[in-house]
Amino acid sequence: MNLNTISALVLRYLFLYTRSPMRLVELVFWPVVDLVVWGNVTVFIQKNTNPEFGSFVLFFLGGMILWDIMFRAQQGVAISFLEDVWTRNLLNVFVAPVRTLEYVSATFIVGMMRIIITAIVLSLISWFGYAFNVFTLSWWLIPFFANLMLFGWALGMVSTALILRWGQAAESLAWAIPFFFQPAVAVFYRVEDMPVWAQPIAWCFPPTYIFEGMRSVMKIGTMDWSYLWISFGLNLFYLALAGWLFAWILNLTRKRGLLTKFATQ
Amino acid sequence: MAESDTREVILEARELHREFDGVTALDRFSFKLHRGEVLGLLGANGAGKTTAMNCLLGLTLPTSGDIFAFGLPFHQHRIAILQRANFSSAYTALPGNLLVSQNLSVFARIYGVPDRKKKIAELMDLLEIGHLAKRVTGQLSAGESTRVNLVKAFLNDPELLMLDEPTASLDPDIADKVRKVVRKVQQERNIGILYTSHNMKDIEEVCDRVIFLHKGKIVCEGTPTDIVARSSSATLEDVFIKIARDGEIIDETAKDKAS
Ligand SMILES: Nc1ncnc2c1ncn2[C@@H]1O[C@H](COP(=O)(O)OP(=O)(O)OP(=O)(O)O)[C@@H](O)[C@H]1O
Ligand SMILES: [Mg+2]
Repeated sequence: MNLNTISALVLRYLFLYTRSPMRLVELVFWPVVDLVVWGNVTVFIQKNTNPEFGSFVLFFLGGMILWDIMFRAQQGVAISFLEDVWTRNLLNVFVAPVRTLEYVSATFIVGMMRIIITAIVLSLISWFGYAFNVFTLSWWLIPFFANLMLFGWALGMVSTALILRWGQAAESLAWAIPFFFQPAVAVFYRVEDMPVWAQPIAWCFPPTYIFEGMRSVMKIGTMDWSYLWISFGLNLFYLALAGWLFAWILNLTRKRGLLTKFATQ
Repeated sequence: MAESDTREVILEARELHREFDGVTALDRFSFKLHRGEVLGLLGANGAGKTTAMNCLLGLTLPTSGDIFAFGLPFHQHRIAILQRANFSSAYTALPGNLLVSQNLSVFARIYGVPDRKKKIAELMDLLEIGHLAKRVTGQLSAGESTRVNLVKAFLNDPELLMLDEPTASLDPDIADKVRKVVRKVQQERNIGILYTSHNMKDIEEVCDRVIFLHKGKIVCEGTPTDIVARSSSATLEDVFIKIARDGEIIDETAKDKAS
């Protein structure tokens, strides 16, 4: 691993953001729209039903913000790779002394930068607009964000692998991947509210533990520590699996000669 | 001639074979490139030149066969080899949405170039594109962006350089300048270059030795003058056309005697 190589690749993405401010807008536009729409809906529900319902708004907004963290991490990884595809730069990178791990690390770092920006913007809006201070979650936020980011990275690698194998035809599928998991990971409802048969599936994925933990922290101020460890362990497993898939597909594209085909198309 | 060459072999292919769904793009292709030598790879469209280069750069895996660079097996030492090599093609581009200077700076960092700013400025002056530094890469003309690609290819002072049709989109004046620059840098630094082009003037001026490929097979090899003489053709272009049409050079003198 060469840190200079990784920082050079990250620099390339930073140049992109400075060159086209629209990319920054894209980074905050949808999260803000989501937050404002659902924030208003929950406030509306809150006002027109009994006050007990109050905690609902917190759960909902918390779930929304944390979900967005994971989604942005996944997008950060996939977009970084797609930028190289869109700009026909992939060949230059692959004939340079860049290890796969260095390339992937750079996309991870971009993913991390994106979620930091998203997190700050969403936190500010929810605080000012809905008196929902994400920081009531205090230092719990750190393991929450970290675990969601790791799973986002793993999904990002899967998206990248799909695009490598099937080209730009797989792009929309690559965007949709996190949403395959959304129903299963208990973002907006508790695992116990899910059908009994679906509950064991929910516990297979790291984000479930985080969303359950978030609700617990909001309600009683603490959570089951083992959830964090299980989530972390599962994340390592999924990251390894995604990394293996990516490496396997990369090798396959070299074998089939696909790398050059779509890098120059 | 190649056999008696005592210079260090910096790139070698042994029996490279590459099939694409039944099409043979490279057919037991073997050659050696020496330090300080410019080797031209010639052949009709689809002859296998780009495939050969892609295999030699590790972008495409050969179906069988071995590649050695600087005496090392390519696939075990890919990163170390790529650090000492570089590549440029008329058909790839640097990211169009960045400034030329930003792109070059990123690649200079990737290659770990010591005094980046100075190196980039020197190379841009050499290729007469110093004025393009603050331009958006995607807005350059084809010839301008080809020269920016060449700057990228020279950034790490490569010992081994692969150029796939570097003059494809250049006007005669710029093409001439680019050939001279390539030759100059190559001689100063004693670089080994693998060069493809459809422009025979390019080949005659730049290449010490050429290999003719036909359907992935080597059909003829030697210095340009030697090949022209051997095939009793008037020019290298005639040789090219004969090979492209017949798949071999028909030795006119031998044919005359037979009839
Ligand atoms: N990824 C690929 N998949 C399938 N066939 C391929 C692939 N790459 C190359 N080929 C085939 O291999 C053969 C050699 O192609 P190649 O691009 O190496 O030719 P070339 O000599 O560079 O031609 P040109 O002068 O047109 O650039 C062609 O028949 C081509 O169709
Ligand atoms: Mg070609």
